[in-house]
Amino acid sequence: MTSDARSQRPIASLANVTLKYGAVSALDDISFEIPAGCMAGLIGPDAVGKSSLLALLAGARKVQQGQITLDGGDMANARHRREMVRKVAYLPQGLGRNLYPILSVRENIDFFARLFGQDTEERKRRIDRLTKATGLHPFLDRPASKLSGGMKQKLGLCCALIHDPEVLILDEPTTGVDPLSRRQFWDLIDGIREKLPQMSVLVATSYMDEARRFDWLVAMDDGKVLATGTPEELLQKTGTATMEEAYIAVLPASKRQTENAVIVTAKDVPVQDDIAIEARDLTMSFGNFTAVNDVSFKIRKGEIFGFVGPNGCGKTTTMKMLTGLLAPSAGQAWLFDHPLDPHDLATRRRVGYMSQSFSLYPELTVRQNLVLHARLFHVPELRIRARVDALADRFDLTGVLNALPPRLPLGQRQRLSLAVALIHSPEVLILDEPTSGVDPVTRNRFWRHLIDLADQEGVTIFVSTHFMNEAERCHRVALMNEGRVLAVDTPDALCAQHNADTLEDAFIDFLNGDEQVAPPPVTVATKTTAGRDDRAFTFPSFGRIASIARREQLELRRDPIRLTLALVGSVILMFVMGYGINLDVKDMRFGVLDRDQTALSREYVQNLSGSPYFIEQPPISSPAEMDARMRSGELSLGLEIPHGFAADIARRRPVEIGAWLDGAMPMRAETAQGYVLGMHAHWLGFKAAQAGMGELFAGPAVVQTRFRYNPEVKSLIAMVPAVIPILLMMIPAMLAALSVVREKELGSITNFYVTPTTKLEFALGKQMPYIALSTVSFLLLTLMAVTIFGVPLTGDFVTLFFASVLYVAAATALGLLISSFMRSQIAALFGTALITLLPAVTYSGMIDPVSSLEGPGRIIGAIYPTTHFLTIARGVFSKGLGFADLGAPFFALVVTWPVLIILTALVLKKQER
Amino acid sequence: MGLRNIAHLCVKEMRSLLRDPVMMILIVYAFSLEIYSAAVALPETLNKAPIAIVDEDRSPLSVRIADAFYPPFFLRPKLINQAQMDARMDAGLDTFALDIPPGFQRDVLAGKQPAIQLNVDATRMTQAFTGSGYVQAIVLGEVQGFVQRYRDVSVPPVNLALRARFNPELSNRWFASVIELISVVTMLSIILTGAALIREREHGTIEHLLVMPVTVTEIMTSKVLSMGIVVFVATSFALTVMIQQVLNVPIAGSLGLFMAGTTLHLFATTSMGVLLATLARSMPQFGLLLMLVLLPLEMLSGGTTPRESMPEVVQFIMQAAPTTHFVAMAQAILFRGAGLENVWPQFLALAVIGSVLFALALARFRSTIGDF
Repeated sequence: MTSDARSQRPIASLANVTLKYGAVSALDDISFEIPAGCMAGLIGPDAVGKSSLLALLAGARKVQQGQITLDGGDMANARHRREMVRKVAYLPQGLGRNLYPILSVRENIDFFARLFGQDTEERKRRIDRLTKATGLHPFLDRPASKLSGGMKQKLGLCCALIHDPEVLILDEPTTGVDPLSRRQFWDLIDGIREKLPQMSVLVATSYMDEARRFDWLVAMDDGKVLATGTPEELLQKTGTATMEEAYIAVLPASKRQTENAVIVTAKDVPVQDDIAIEARDLTMSFGNFTAVNDVSFKIRKGEIFGFVGPNGCGKTTTMKMLTGLLAPSAGQAWLFDHPLDPHDLATRRRVGYMSQSFSLYPELTVRQNLVLHARLFHVPELRIRARVDALADRFDLTGVLNALPPRLPLGQRQRLSLAVALIHSPEVLILDEPTSGVDPVTRNRFWRHLIDLADQEGVTIFVSTHFMNEAERCHRVALMNEGRVLAVDTPDALCAQHNADTLEDAFIDFLNGDEQVAPPPVTVATKTTAGRDDRAFTFPSFGRIASIARREQLELRRDPIRLTLALVGSVILMFVMGYGINLDVKDMRFGVLDRDQTALSREYVQNLSGSPYFIEQPPISSPAEMDARMRSGELSLGLEIPHGFAADIARRRPVEIGAWLDGAMPMRAETAQGYVLGMHAHWLGFKAAQAGMGELFAGPAVVQTRFRYNPEVKSLIAMVPAVIPILLMMIPAMLAALSVVREKELGSITNFYVTPTTKLEFALGKQMPYIALSTVSFLLLTLMAVTIFGVPLTGDFVTLFFASVLYVAAATALGLLISSFMRSQIAALFGTALITLLPAVTYSGMIDPVSSLEGPGRIIGAIYPTTHFLTIARGVFSKGLGFADLGAPFFALVVTWPVLIILTALVLKKQER
Repeated sequence: MGLRNIAHLCVKEMRSLLRDPVMMILIVYAFSLEIYSAAVALPETLNKAPIAIVDEDRSPLSVRIADAFYPPFFLRPKLINQAQMDARMDAGLDTFALDIPPGFQRDVLAGKQPAIQLNVDATRMTQAFTGSGYVQAIVLGEVQGFVQRYRDVSVPPVNLALRARFNPELSNRWFASVIELISVVTMLSIILTGAALIREREHGTIEHLLVMPVTVTEIMTSKVLSMGIVVFVATSFALTVMIQQVLNVPIAGSLGLFMAGTTLHLFATTSMGVLLATLARSMPQFGLLLMLVLLPLEMLSGGTTPRESMPEVVQFIMQAAPTTHFVAMAQAILFRGAGLENVWPQFLALAVIGSVLFALALARFRSTIGDF
């Protein structure tokens, strides 16, 4: 096969490719060719540039310098990339990183199939075949989040193979997968390749034992290519027996000296007899699922105790119980003879914990992370510096103390995690899969550190792993599967029990005995015709939009809390705000400083206190008192009736009543002003009529005021049609606001990069479910307005309905635009709140008409969609209008949505930079 | 509680925030331009109200009336006919339409007290309420002045001298700038604390904290404290630079007292942020919860419409919202120059609400640890 492979033209070639992240270069002037039709492997430790190289080849990352040719075309050319996405399948690094965790196995594959335009029949056939081949068929309805690591990778593979790719790019597909699943995975790939001999497979791996499987290899280090060729050639050239040794042999001389392939084990480290950790009958149930079932073991002081088993077997849960993060459902644990108490801060100081995922603060530098943890563990301030320096020196972190962790290679990050766990010199270390995803050289060094710790400092180490060669280095191991401990013994004894040469064989034997796992039959794919959809890619495809919309909709439906919040929340808000917002001024508290104290002055006051607008408070006795009471806000209006009020009126001498209004809230003061003047005029007229002097007080003309559209001037009738637009802006925008930035944070955005989805299709598809949900919300709110609030809908409902669809489309597009623009979810949240709350409430004419606004608010108000929908809502609800009258605002909405969506498409990036 | 732990965690929170440049830009924007544009957007009292006049009289008096409406209170009146009036009001072009009947001047001079019809678009609440009073006063004033040239009409013997205190010009800019500041303070403090907690949960770092000799109380206090400090600093800037200097709003009372009240308010809102974050299971859920909480806080706290006019149920419920007390306190101190002897009830209310929210958040935080 290898000689065949080399005779063909290359599937990919790289010429002087360089890639930099900021100042750090990931790939440094790389040139080589990959032969077609074979399985080519990129080998080397972590962060030497393998992932970057594959992402460039897959078109997921933008080419910076140099030229990459894949299948005869330049990958810097957008047109060629659009063609290649049909031929290439890409499985990014990280377990299930491109999967949608809350969707089921079937739905995940179905999503990809629809993106490639396959019809129902074809999708069903392919899903059936792929899941049967991978052994996932029985789990079709299980959510991806509930799959083990190995199953997740198989599902990823199904998704990748759905469109019969000609090039399959797998980035560390078996990292973090247990040995049994790893074997099955490679058998599966072999089976596929037998059926599809033309397919080129490019794989990155840091497992050197896997390298033997590849037809052709590229050994990489530090962004450079060390060697290329078949495995045999490499072994011959270096004169070594294993790939691991061969790799070390091709390393530059300077590096080679520090590496050494000697395997260290814990066998020579003495162990004391005292018990450090004891678990007795520990059980942990989540609902009806038992994650850990009746687990018991004892770990002695100074022992390195290994915990081995496939992903999802309960290792992490057991460890969390021992750190006090989880309270066990049953059973108990002891730490240094003390029953474990999560509230006991003193024991926490004796334990160091390193969790499975890298969980240090990405925004703090290496030094800041170390110092923070030292301080939190109360390492004396004077000793922190020395301690940090010592650990940095020990774990070779001195050169990167001021770097941010996300920029570091995984191996360095793991060493940082270990350094952090050791900062307070704990007596017990609990390490949850500390080396998963770390290359063998780094792992070897890591283990040397662990053994040193146990040997020189007597630290007890409880470590979980799925690498069997790591388990072999422990004093004792516990084999775990499906929540139960199968056996606890020394590695040698376990091997002996099963007559196995290696622990890996012994473990697989155990597992087979435990659950009768047979490798699934490999009966993949006869060659089928390529996907049907060969149309030009630049036009939006309804099928792909529908596919993205379907997936988004499924995710929304699986999150009933979000659905309920969106629908019920709008209804509640409508209630609170519809009833609550009232621009009318009622119950103004006023007090009177009556210096006259006559029947007439009291009559004047009664005139005011008898109205529903004013409530009289106890009388005021002095100007100073009036001042104080108004200052405290108790009085909103103060009246002063002068001495001789009644007498002066009788003598027809001019009299002046003083009135002071609280101007702190101008709107209220203005309305109140009108009422006070009105009441005063009313009193004058009344007195005049009483005295038969009507003419004296009556004016020469009358103004009859007619309040139109809302004759009783009820706030409710004016407010409800204004509250609906506000709710339909804020909630839909917030629904859409996290949809893109979340995919960016969680990694599934890669699917958008490497499938034939255009930016416009992506944006439109994401919007659809939110538009539908918000339209339902609109109907609900309108129904409420008419029935519960009794707001008459006097105009044309059809106009209102179509306007509302356009409006929620604009609102969700606004959220999507923010989402595409922002990098973090927090910024997206705050940005959305800022860009919706103020413009919708203040600039859109709900309280003050847009025409009377000033400054930037005026401009925002003029183009903001809420303004236009508010005009339509008020027109249809209160003014009895239809489409003919509302053409202008309707047209504005028709324009707003496409503008926002096109902006979103422009901001979205089709490749990572 | 270990004060040292809290201090160390606070430093960590601040450093994390500083690494998010987009967020920093948004914060600066919110406390400067956003407040500025909200303050200048709202018209000074009645501003540029659109008015149309149907003049069926075409007399010197009716022309005099039409001339009396001019900016800034009103836009120059459009002279229209009866048929246009309805269409223009339907389209929302005019808030007011004045219909002067034929023979108006003649009837006035004859002492027949003729009626002018004023049509008001009542869906435009504020302009409708304040504006109709103005229109009446202007029309009657013009008629009175006109008549006085022909007849001797005595001044009414009882005059009402009405003045507004604390903001004599009834400038909306004063009020709007402070209300927007309150709105931004509330929004940011809830989002910062809540999202910071959810992010720690999504990145798994919270687990790391929980295995260290650090208590849940310390973790929560550090979040409340650090984000409170960030917003406090931003508020001081906005108040002294934006509101006092740029917008020229005179502050009547003590800034120190106001900032003390702000501290209590921040204690309540940051605790609320933590509480919401423990209720939400993911960032998208938190986003929706946020909207459900922010809208009532913004609309019903007395900053947008007067509290006294709300139904009593709503008034009662909103007593539990920190913004209600903060708005009342801000008005009293900043505009009316009130001292602690006046605003202690609001201080007390904020302290109680803050403590209750803090305790609730802490209890929720503890009970949800297992779910992280």
